[in-house]
Amino acid sequence: MVGYPSLWSLPMTSDGGPVSTQAISTNPMKRLISVDRFLTFIRIFLVTMIVVGVLAFIWQQIDADNPFARWRNPGARGLTGDQFKGLIVSGLSQGSMYGLIALGYSMVYGVLGFINFAHGEVFMVGAMTGFIASDKFQANGMWESNFLLCLGLIIAMAIFFSTFTAVVMERVAYRPLRSSPRLIPLITSIGVSFFIQNFVLGLFGPATKSYPRLPEWLSKQRSIFTFEIAGTRLLVLAVAAVSMGSLWYFVERTKTGKAMRAVAEDKEIAALMGIDVNRTIVTTFAVGGAMAGVGGILWGLMFRSVTHMTGFLPGVKAFTAAVVGGIGNLGGAMAGGISLGSAESIAPLVILEPLGVPGVSQLKDAVAFTVLVLVLLFRPSGLFGERLSSEDRA
Amino acid sequence: MSTAAALVPSSALDQDWRKVFRWGLICGGTLIALCLVGMPVELDRREIVERYLSLGYVSVLLVPIFAGWVAATQIVLEGFESRKQGLYDLVTGLLVGILGGGGLSLLMVALDSWNLRDPLVNWSPKLLRFLTYENGMGFGAASWIITCGALGLAGASLHVVPRVVRRVVAIVLLGLLALSVLESAVQDLSEGFGLEWLADLIYAKKGGLTLTSALLVGMVMAVVAVLTDGRVKAVSNRYRKMEGMERQKASIVLFAVVAVLCIVLPMFLGKIMNELLANVGIFLLLALGLNIVVGLAGLLDLGYVAFFAVGGYTTAVLTSPNSPWFAPELHFGVSLIFVVIFAAIVGLVIGAPVIRMRGDYLAIVTLGFGEIIRLLFMSDWLSPYFGGAQGITNIPGVDLGFATVKGTDPRSVFYLVLFFCAIAIYVSWRLQASRLGRAWMAIREDEQVAEAMGINTVSAKLMAFVVGAVLAAFSGAVLAAKVGSIFPTSFMILVSIIILVVVIVGGMGNIAGVLVGSVVLIGVLGGPKQPGLLQEFQNFKLLIYGILLVFMMLKRPEGLVPSARRSRELHQDEFLQDAWLKGDKLGSDDDEIEAGHVGEDSR
Repeated sequence: MVGYPSLWSLPMTSDGGPVSTQAISTNPMKRLISVDRFLTFIRIFLVTMIVVGVLAFIWQQIDADNPFARWRNPGARGLTGDQFKGLIVSGLSQGSMYGLIALGYSMVYGVLGFINFAHGEVFMVGAMTGFIASDKFQANGMWESNFLLCLGLIIAMAIFFSTFTAVVMERVAYRPLRSSPRLIPLITSIGVSFFIQNFVLGLFGPATKSYPRLPEWLSKQRSIFTFEIAGTRLLVLAVAAVSMGSLWYFVERTKTGKAMRAVAEDKEIAALMGIDVNRTIVTTFAVGGAMAGVGGILWGLMFRSVTHMTGFLPGVKAFTAAVVGGIGNLGGAMAGGISLGSAESIAPLVILEPLGVPGVSQLKDAVAFTVLVLVLLFRPSGLFGERLSSEDRA
Repeated sequence: MSTAAALVPSSALDQDWRKVFRWGLICGGTLIALCLVGMPVELDRREIVERYLSLGYVSVLLVPIFAGWVAATQIVLEGFESRKQGLYDLVTGLLVGILGGGGLSLLMVALDSWNLRDPLVNWSPKLLRFLTYENGMGFGAASWIITCGALGLAGASLHVVPRVVRRVVAIVLLGLLALSVLESAVQDLSEGFGLEWLADLIYAKKGGLTLTSALLVGMVMAVVAVLTDGRVKAVSNRYRKMEGMERQKASIVLFAVVAVLCIVLPMFLGKIMNELLANVGIFLLLALGLNIVVGLAGLLDLGYVAFFAVGGYTTAVLTSPNSPWFAPELHFGVSLIFVVIFAAIVGLVIGAPVIRMRGDYLAIVTLGFGEIIRLLFMSDWLSPYFGGAQGITNIPGVDLGFATVKGTDPRSVFYLVLFFCAIAIYVSWRLQASRLGRAWMAIREDEQVAEAMGINTVSAKLMAFVVGAVLAAFSGAVLAAKVGSIFPTSFMILVSIIILVVVIVGGMGNIAGVLVGSVVLIGVLGGPKQPGLLQEFQNFKLLIYGILLVFMMLKRPEGLVPSARRSRELHQDEFLQDAWLKGDKLGSDDDEIEAGHVGEDSR
């Protein structure tokens, strides 16, 4: 320990005066431990809160008039089975959307090792394209008369424009920065995100745009396995499942997918094996963009409104989902999205409300970020493990 | 692209057609995008030269100049013979400009024949009128193609003309632009000094320079530019070469001049200009804090606005009689103590969980924290304490005994901000060279190596968070006292990102850079809600911030006023490449290579 501070005591500043050695703790070990202690405290605190919340919820379900509920949450009635099922369904459909966006984050992170912050904007471009197209379709009556064709068309268009945005973004902003330090492309992507948001604002104006109503035969409530589920959500789940399945096939079973995995593992060796690295990276961005485009359409169908800021929060949450599932891991991204969506819809009512927090629905977004912090505190490599270049498979 | 440099063209028409088409397309696309975003029409209100040129036209005309300039740039690797630039490059610029003008003409035809007003809000007859000068399509198209071609040619000719001409033209044009941009400032200042006649002479009544004054001022500037050629550089070089006492003396003189200017100038300025200066000061304070976190310690904190909010809310709760839960109505000075304490605590609490994360995870998690804090202040849950969406109103000004600082008197606010900025500049300046500052820089460059050298990275990073948090909280406190009320909507993530742009454009890790960045960006374009000198840019400033951020990262990541050390870090590859190319000249003398590059950076 004696040598430790002495290595440090080289007293000099630019003006030649002695330097205060107090600025950095003279006993670093002690400080280190206190930070760890604090982190342990945070971990214990968060877990205790969750456990207490869940227990209080269960107690409240068994007996709504128990002492704890009288103390924290007077007037508690508990949730009915249908309400609970509703929460699960909305969590699932919201989560599958996050999952679709998260795929793009995850793939780009796996291949290039940086967070493409502007990916949320790619999603927004998809939603915006869908709005413009569906609005035009509704104007000439095709939306009602031939809905499925319209849906196919707007999905195709959204995929096209989102892919285009993602590819141009890669070409203009990210390719020149491929060898720079990790934070540089991240900062660039923040700039790109800002640019796209405000460019779309300038082009289409600040007003909130609403999607046309879905035809009645599709959006009516259906009952499946005792779950009351709106047709829209069913559509969202189905489209998400199909996209996810085709993505899986593409990455795991085709030659291009193989090339993508190889590039993610090691760019130089992949290039030596005759893989066109640039082209593969563009493909990665394109596929991620396409998934975000599909996600954008689903968002539009479900929430029926889109503005230039639509991409920001879902984007950050989708990144959270990618981290939750383990970044670089495609199945993990989808699972992470679904877990995040469920946590976001269930946790406010199941954990926060029994603890006596009023206005819980406002804290939905805060819950999502807390999940991110929790995962990074407990399992930084995500629930299903990271698959980055150091791993066996990409 | 690089083939153009290597192949010697046989004639001026033997162009690299792919390059020409590519830049022509980029030029035309940019022009069309600019028009559809609505920039020219909206900026048309602001006159640069009365009746002849408006900011709207300037914004369009700059594009072909820039495209021509870039397209005609040769890519030359050091150590290779390059051909002399001449007619060939002029033709490139001309063609690129003509293609761009062609793009605009196509847009005009489209505007005339279809109505796409529904999704595209700027698809209007107004835009068509702007483009055709109300003289019909043929005239409009022809004039745009000719103008753009000429401007592309002009842009390309920047590479060809002698250096003196380039310098004079650049100084005259930029000077005139600056003069008209600074119109309100100059008018305000001349009023303060009782020199209204001067302002009346230069500016037209409805705004903008008059044609005669523009010509006159332009000539004066040209003469000055010729006279001062080479002198400015010589002076700054001499300053740079000074050492020891001499340098210290020069620095003190420089500092004194700046300080006196800062104190005296506001007395002659009117309300609007002082308001502007106060806003610049508030953002400068934030930027100085973020500079410590991002610039020195290399921690990309995207939730920096959280600390700003903590400062603002602490002041509001402690000083306002309207605080809903706890209203001790303390004096601003006393509340500052609590501001420091709370900011430090929040800095530690946010810092501790993120400190060991990878750099990019840290960015997203801090962003999350920034958003959580705003959501909490806004939520019903905490509204009994912090007022929720209604915020806290009626925050008193700062009572100094002899004067009161409050928002209605922006000059006093500016002095208050100046005081805090002085503290912040002093603190960051002293910290930079201190052991802690060097530890931060070591961590920024390579965390593992820094740890191996015995730096306690955890506590050094936490200190960065805490110092940054305290500076941001000061800024929040001043904001609360200035505005007199505080709402959660003042603390959007947007604020963090704008400050990040300021720090990056100015120059990460360099106090002078941050100063320049905040004066130029916040002063001219404006903050998230505060207007700058160019109020017409209100709707486009975020777009411009985004473009600036990308552009700076791609072309000049070290910022406008770089810190020598930081640019060495960022351009390591190029340095190594240069060193390799120059290998036989310099041999393996690494020191010499490095010294050469330090000289290059500081230029």
